[in-house]
Amino acid sequence: MKHLLSVQELSRAGTLRILDTALELNQVTDGGTKILPTLRGRTVVNLFYEDSTRTRISFERAAKRLSADVVTFSAKGSSVSKGESLKDTALTLNAMGADMIVVRHPSPGAAHRLAHAGWLESSVLNAGDGKHEHPTQALGDAFTLRAHLRPGAKDFAGLTIGIVGDVLHSRVARSNIFLLGILGAKVIVIGPPTLLPVGIENWPCEVSYSLDAYLPELDAIMMLRVQQERMNGTFFPSELEYSRTFGLNRKRARELPEHAIVMHPGPMNRGVEITAEVADSAQSVITEQVVNGLVVRMASMYLLIGGNVSVA
Amino acid sequence: MSLNSYLIVGARPYGEEEQDIRIINGRIAEIGIGLDPENLDAVQAKGRVCLPSFVDLHTHLREPGREDAETIASGSRAATLGGFSAVFAMANTAPVADTAGVVEQVWRIGRESGLVDVFPVGAVSIGLRGQALAELGAMAGSAAGVTVFSDDGHCVFDPLLMRRALEYVKTFDGVIAQHAQDPRLTQGAQMNESELSGILGLTGWPAVAEEAIIARDVLLALHVDSRLHICHVSTAGSVAIIRWAKKMGVRVSAEVTPHHLLLTEDLVAGFDPVYKVNPPLRSRADTLALREALVDGTIDIVATDHAPHPHEAKDCEWDNAAFGMLGLETALGVVVSAMRDVPNWNWRTLSDRMSSTPARIGRAINHGRPLAVGERAHLVLIDPDQGRLVVAEQLASLSGNTPYAGMTLPVSVTDVFFNGIHQVQGGVLNA
Amino acid sequence: MSESSPGASAGSSRTNNRMVADPEDISRMLRRLAHQVVENVKDVTNIVIIGIPTRGVPIAERLAKNIRDIEKISIPVGSLDVTLFRDDLQMRPSKALEQTRLPAGGIDGKTVILVDDVLFSGRTIRAALDAMNEYGRPAVVQLAVLVDRGHRELPIRPDYVGKNLPTSLNEKVSVQISEIDSVDQIVIQSTTEQL
Repeated sequence: MKHLLSVQELSRAGTLRILDTALELNQVTDGGTKILPTLRGRTVVNLFYEDSTRTRISFERAAKRLSADVVTFSAKGSSVSKGESLKDTALTLNAMGADMIVVRHPSPGAAHRLAHAGWLESSVLNAGDGKHEHPTQALGDAFTLRAHLRPGAKDFAGLTIGIVGDVLHSRVARSNIFLLGILGAKVIVIGPPTLLPVGIENWPCEVSYSLDAYLPELDAIMMLRVQQERMNGTFFPSELEYSRTFGLNRKRARELPEHAIVMHPGPMNRGVEITAEVADSAQSVITEQVVNGLVVRMASMYLLIGGNVSVA
Repeated sequence: MSLNSYLIVGARPYGEEEQDIRIINGRIAEIGIGLDPENLDAVQAKGRVCLPSFVDLHTHLREPGREDAETIASGSRAATLGGFSAVFAMANTAPVADTAGVVEQVWRIGRESGLVDVFPVGAVSIGLRGQALAELGAMAGSAAGVTVFSDDGHCVFDPLLMRRALEYVKTFDGVIAQHAQDPRLTQGAQMNESELSGILGLTGWPAVAEEAIIARDVLLALHVDSRLHICHVSTAGSVAIIRWAKKMGVRVSAEVTPHHLLLTEDLVAGFDPVYKVNPPLRSRADTLALREALVDGTIDIVATDHAPHPHEAKDCEWDNAAFGMLGLETALGVVVSAMRDVPNWNWRTLSDRMSSTPARIGRAINHGRPLAVGERAHLVLIDPDQGRLVVAEQLASLSGNTPYAGMTLPVSVTDVFFNGIHQVQGGVLNA
Repeated sequence: MSESSPGASAGSSRTNNRMVADPEDISRMLRRLAHQVVENVKDVTNIVIIGIPTRGVPIAERLAKNIRDIEKISIPVGSLDVTLFRDDLQMRPSKALEQTRLPAGGIDGKTVILVDDVLFSGRTIRAALDAMNEYGRPAVVQLAVLVDRGHRELPIRPDYVGKNLPTSLNEKVSVQISEIDSVDQIVIQSTTEQL
């Protein structure tokens, strides 16, 4: 594996390899706090065309924990914001000898283009490409689910996971739905029809417009962020109506099984898709997701560029 | 020896029995078996299919304005190499071809290039903005004699403006060629809306955005009894609406591009913008419906929508890439590739869809004429057994955005006569 | 191992397997190593045995059991995967990590006996010493290996050796342990090029 662009390119064995590696890394680094010499001499470039402090910091920390040289290009304050094309930036980074490009870009497929357009030789790790995918977020979520619900298991057979909200615009939802499918979980996607993509009925998931009907069956529930720009009345009538129908509040959380966990990829709109009470409750694993995101990023980096890339 | 006079030996008109064709002074003088070459240059064409040269009702030559992507001269070279004798050059140039001055300029440069007849298409609305009618009458009455009007690239979305345009062109037997795309339903759209667009996270371009405009416009054309032409039909639903409209007596014609006959949306999965085109590549079911409609005449013609773009417009991420693909030089091979196994498809059907009918819709009276004594010698010879590997860098177009690079197309144009001038020989343009 | 059986090899080369130790030999080696450790280490209660995956781990467990049989005390055993600390990572494809599990009492102030199956270049042991630095500061570190095949690239020497096996570089020493390979044996595989 040279690139990590989409979870759909992963097999179950490949997914478990990343999760198992992350588990060991979590163990040997005490949750990513120790520094390992593994990527000493390797250069990891974080190429961020979207503001995302959380994701950028997570990737920076992951690379630094493995002793890589880390260079960050963000859209603000670099040639990227002066209209330099993705290709020219790629050629520059290639000339710098980057071993890995971690790319966040608003255009779906931008990571694929970096990896396959012939612009550079580096490994490419997709850190979110438009509405397409965000594989390391889904891997981190799978790590969290495994730790809580199926420690050490080789698949998620028998687990039912609800994904609630704006699937249409969510790369996190796409990566999670397909990765959970690879791991054999049953996924139920819940949201208003305006925020569900055409053809989702053929994805490896069930689709429902009712949250309440499914709560007692869920082993985990993932609440998706509602983007501010969707709240202007074109996708649903109002914020209030949305949270009344699809928001996770205390009353709904009580309908979940006792062992069920509550997840959110962040950043949250408290009071819209999730209430503060639920977000901060004992069922919530939202802060854990952040730590687990770090260790799966370390694992992905190690597996992609830790060894000899040309024979991998 | 007369000028532009040849004896084509052993060619198969419309792919039928071998005949010799005598060309004298640019016209077909005699067709028969075993003709005496007398003092003419003999062109050995044994086994070659001979057809009237093709007519493209939908070409983007980019001049004036984007001469880095294509010029009228380079586009003319591409056209003749593809077997065309006439192309209709779309109006979305810079400046827009919305005045008699611009269309006459395009027409004149086309005449100077001399390889094909270039017929300018006039814009329907000023600046393609869809608000006020362009000088349709002045363009029709200019030296360019414009008969086809289109805002192609943009839909004439305002139904009132569309109605007026349809009415107005009746005065000079013009036709409105509609780019059927509801702009609201395709805001930010990047590819066919389908299961795949959902998976790839690319904003979907629903079939209904095309079909709704076609439905509206055939009703308008019926209401005002005018001629409507639908550009680049891409969906099975559009075919059904056009089929219904023709049954109702609407004076509507329709075109399909070679790429919509052959290529499908699954090519988008690799995010290579060479497959980004407007309208988008659709599903397999759509291509099958389009092929059937082309055979049964519901879709009248093939038009290339040849859309050259400079390298950097495609060598980038999908969202930022330009829409469009080259078509002129590959049209014949792609059409044959898509259609050869469809029942009732033969060389006569191909000739009708690529030559006589497009000429009739565009009122290009000297083109698309039958292979008959007395007609101008606009002829193409095709090797039906010798395929051709498409190499982007070897195309005559200034741009290289062909989705067929690396493909071997099943047939090849070997020779082209334009007004009897033997200007393509062995698949190569005579200098 | 199965992939190196003669029939399975490619046409251009032939692999010969030569068994140099059988199950009985291996248990004898381990008993001897246990005695040497007990003799050499002053305070056996302070010993921690750390196996290097994969086969170093079951060997470490057997060594601990042998010491317990002699001294009647339980010796803590752990595992230490050194992959992330190797200096030759970039010479082969990245591999999945194996378990690192240190005994609950840690390694600070202990007499750590590192156990591996084969000592070759010494790079694994160097990586293990680096890795151990991350987890604590042992009083003493010693090295026990089942086979020393020579060809050292670093100034590292074993304290306890089951068997010295002089080898050539085109030979491969394969230690097989029943917990993993379902058989106890040591085999030298040599590959000869064929015309």
